[in-house]
Amino acid sequence: MSRWITSAPAAAYLIAALIFIYLPVLVLVLFSFQEGSLPVPPFDGPSLQWYEKLFANERLLDALWNSIVVAVLSGAASTLLGFLAAYGLSRHPGAFPGLARFLLIAPITVSYLIIGMGLLITFNVAGISKSLLAVGIGHVIINLPLAFAVIYSQMSERHKNIDAAAHDLGASDLQTMLYVSAPMMKASLLAAFCLSATLSWDEFIVAFLLSRFEVTLPVIIYEMLRAGLTPEVNAAGTLVFAISMVAVFAAAATLMFKKKEST
Amino acid sequence: MPAPQTTLKDASRLGGLPLTRWAAYPALTFSLLFFVAPFLVMFAVSFWQRLRGRLEATWTLANYEKFFSRDYLVDALINSIEVTLITTVISILIAYPLAYILAFKVPPRWQRIILLLTVLPFWTAYVVRSYSWLLVLSDNGIVNSTLITLGLIGEPIALAYTRGATVLGFVHFFTMLLTLTIYSNLIQIPPNYRHAAADLGASPLQAFLRITLPLSAPGVAVGAFLTFVITIGDYITPQILGGNTEVLIPQAIILQISRSANFPMASVMSITLMVVVTGCYLAFARHLKMDKL
Repeated sequence: MSRWITSAPAAAYLIAALIFIYLPVLVLVLFSFQEGSLPVPPFDGPSLQWYEKLFANERLLDALWNSIVVAVLSGAASTLLGFLAAYGLSRHPGAFPGLARFLLIAPITVSYLIIGMGLLITFNVAGISKSLLAVGIGHVIINLPLAFAVIYSQMSERHKNIDAAAHDLGASDLQTMLYVSAPMMKASLLAAFCLSATLSWDEFIVAFLLSRFEVTLPVIIYEMLRAGLTPEVNAAGTLVFAISMVAVFAAAATLMFKKKEST
Repeated sequence: MPAPQTTLKDASRLGGLPLTRWAAYPALTFSLLFFVAPFLVMFAVSFWQRLRGRLEATWTLANYEKFFSRDYLVDALINSIEVTLITTVISILIAYPLAYILAFKVPPRWQRIILLLTVLPFWTAYVVRSYSWLLVLSDNGIVNSTLITLGLIGEPIALAYTRGATVLGFVHFFTMLLTLTIYSNLIQIPPNYRHAAADLGASPLQAFLRITLPLSAPGVAVGAFLTFVITIGDYITPQILGGNTEVLIPQAIILQISRSANFPMASVMSITLMVVVTGCYLAFARHLKMDKL
């Protein structure tokens, strides 16, 4: 039958799976444009009133801003630390390269809940109060393994030889790193940043445990849920979803663009 | 991931330079301070007690005894393990055919775009995704209103706020992840293996059971392990979709914190959860070849 797939039962399964995967997303977006006050059938829109209400909600706008700040700063910090670590470990593995890599990758095998609980209890015992900074620290711990892995996997022998050439031409260590290595790794750095920022943007449990007065968007959406189903939550959800999509596409596009560049 | 090797020549050129030597330290320090140290603190606090509203370093096993003697706490752990196992099995059963179709039934030039389409919602909005399922499953949601309109049921069926809803929310999420890990594994199996099996007289089913399936086990194992780890530690999905009839271990942990600020008991439960995950990792370790993906 069709050219994009070779058998009809396979096509049916694939389409059913895609419906399953996209059903909740479609329902979410559709009913954010609901006219009435319940985000359930029948659909009586389209109406933008819930978006208007959303953009008049001060607490939600504050949370939106907090989420952006935490995502951008923790993404940048993860990328910077990840790049330095990948740079250092690939050029100078040290006495225990395996241990160092293990330490950097390990948080990926631990539940976010446990990372968040560890930080919550530690800050509590140390008398440090909950804050957005604490949330940001938690997000760097979550994202550092990913940023490091993405950047480290792209560092090759060729990069080191170019470093050596830069040194021979009289560049200092810092100059080599800033003007030679970092620009060569541009695509991986951008991909690591986009992935880290997206994960931070979406992250709930660490933000929930470590923030108090200033909260992030997923936390405030969770608070809104206690009031029951309303199209306003749909509108907020659609906004979160749309922004995540942009970031994921940016990351995917950068990685694909890079592949084209190198072949 | 390939470990870049420092050759003798560039070691002499680069190795002695201060910046390259110290570049990994900020990240390592950060991990020690905010990952390793908090874990050790949590471990210590699990032997402390909360007396007169304050934490006291009593170094006792009482919290552990209390955890294992309270039925509702042990039940939370058992519920969590059950939900996690059910989720993992159903996700594999849905994802495997999907990955297989993508790898072998979809022509290569369409594979990437359809794969991207299949896994795209994985990266997006965790809290929002659970909420979206609530919209689908609620008493007047899409499923119930469709069934009522079609005249198949008279009264709405209770779909939301059940264990089934929690499992569905999880399965939705992990079908995407498993499809990705299994697909990455399947496309690396050389087609010649299957052709050889066919030449030697194997039926397509035999070739699948004896060649493709065993060779794709690493992809299934890695995906299943990640599913297990994330599901058993997830708070939001059961909290939004699961209702009040049963509590899973992450919910029980948060309750200890929010109701009574009982950090020692929350630590005991977090550590127990981690032991379960580590046990699972050790059981799986032989099959977890991340670098094969």
